[in-house]
Amino acid sequence: MIRRQAIVLLALVGLLVATYLWLYKMGVLGELQCGTGSCEAVQASRYAELLGIPVAFYGVAGYTALMALGLAGLQPTFAADRRVGALLATLATVGFAFSLYLTAIELLVLHEICRWCVASAVIMTAIWVLSIVDLRHPPATRP
Amino acid sequence: MKRFYLLLVAVAVIGGGALWYGSQRSPASPPPPLPPVPSTQPAVAAADAFHGYTLGSDSAPIEVTEYSDFECPFCASFATVQMPVIREQLIATGRLRWRFRDFPLPSHKYSRYAAMAAQCAGEQGKFWEMHDQLFNNHQWAQTGKNPRGLFRDFARAIGLDLDKYDACMDGQRYAARIEASVQEGEAVGVRGTPSFFVNGRPYTGRGTSDDFKALVDSLIKKHK
Repeated sequence: MIRRQAIVLLALVGLLVATYLWLYKMGVLGELQCGTGSCEAVQASRYAELLGIPVAFYGVAGYTALMALGLAGLQPTFAADRRVGALLATLATVGFAFSLYLTAIELLVLHEICRWCVASAVIMTAIWVLSIVDLRHPPATRP
Repeated sequence: MKRFYLLLVAVAVIGGGALWYGSQRSPASPPPPLPPVPSTQPAVAAADAFHGYTLGSDSAPIEVTEYSDFECPFCASFATVQMPVIREQLIATGRLRWRFRDFPLPSHKYSRYAAMAAQCAGEQGKFWEMHDQLFNNHQWAQTGKNPRGLFRDFARAIGLDLDKYDACMDGQRYAARIEASVQEGEAVGVRGTPSFFVNGRPYTGRGTSDDFKALVDSLIKKHK
């Protein structure tokens, strides 16, 4: 159960990060706080949109779905349901693959790094690892 | 389990609060960082003795002066599509020298700011690198967002000393130089961007690499 709690908590933090980037993309935030990275160069590149939709929005949607699934998986009704674990692992794998793709674009194409994107990639990787472990060792049902 | 939900709510409230605070602190459309200098202000071109950055050999027989605006889409198109060919076939071969002059149009909110970024990069010997960044990543001109952070990213990408760059930008060190360039352009009849002058004479042909190549060929023949 602790793994699903961790997934929910990580998904919430990821949701906050993705929302921050999405709000910037929508023009609600004037400037990204980036430290030594190149967040705005990455966000201004053509890779910051996919099919006309900001990449950050996919993050918002993905993390929301992961959080909702994780929360559902914490409920006694679904705690031992393997379908929840399988769905979590599937969604996390898609998110992880997408994060890998975006990180490769940053490193190999743009040669710029956006700290917030790296944070999101690390969070998604952690969620993916936890979801795979959770799938292999589902929470035990209480008598 | 109750503790977990409390922790979740606490993270959500703190994170949500931080986002809300950020949105209040940084308005989406801040005023332009560099308002145009009033035209009554005397230009410092003479004192500055600066007449634009150049590309190419000093001994090239032909010089093209381009009046350009970093926010102008036609200028970006010219810089990214035509200019690479011109650089390779005419400038690199020593037949043509290219001079860049700023002509930020008043209708463009951030073009003076972009011109300043290029001048501040030029101060560190990287005018053309910043020129290329500004034109190659021209999405900034379509968003309407304050490009301060983005230009700083460009500065970092081309290896500028950021402390010097910041000091230059914050002090608007080259505002008068940019204004002088505008006044010079107006004096020679520039009405839009990009505008070209070939050996000081207005060029009214098409702004394609092929046309410039034909023009340079014909002028070189005449010189011989």
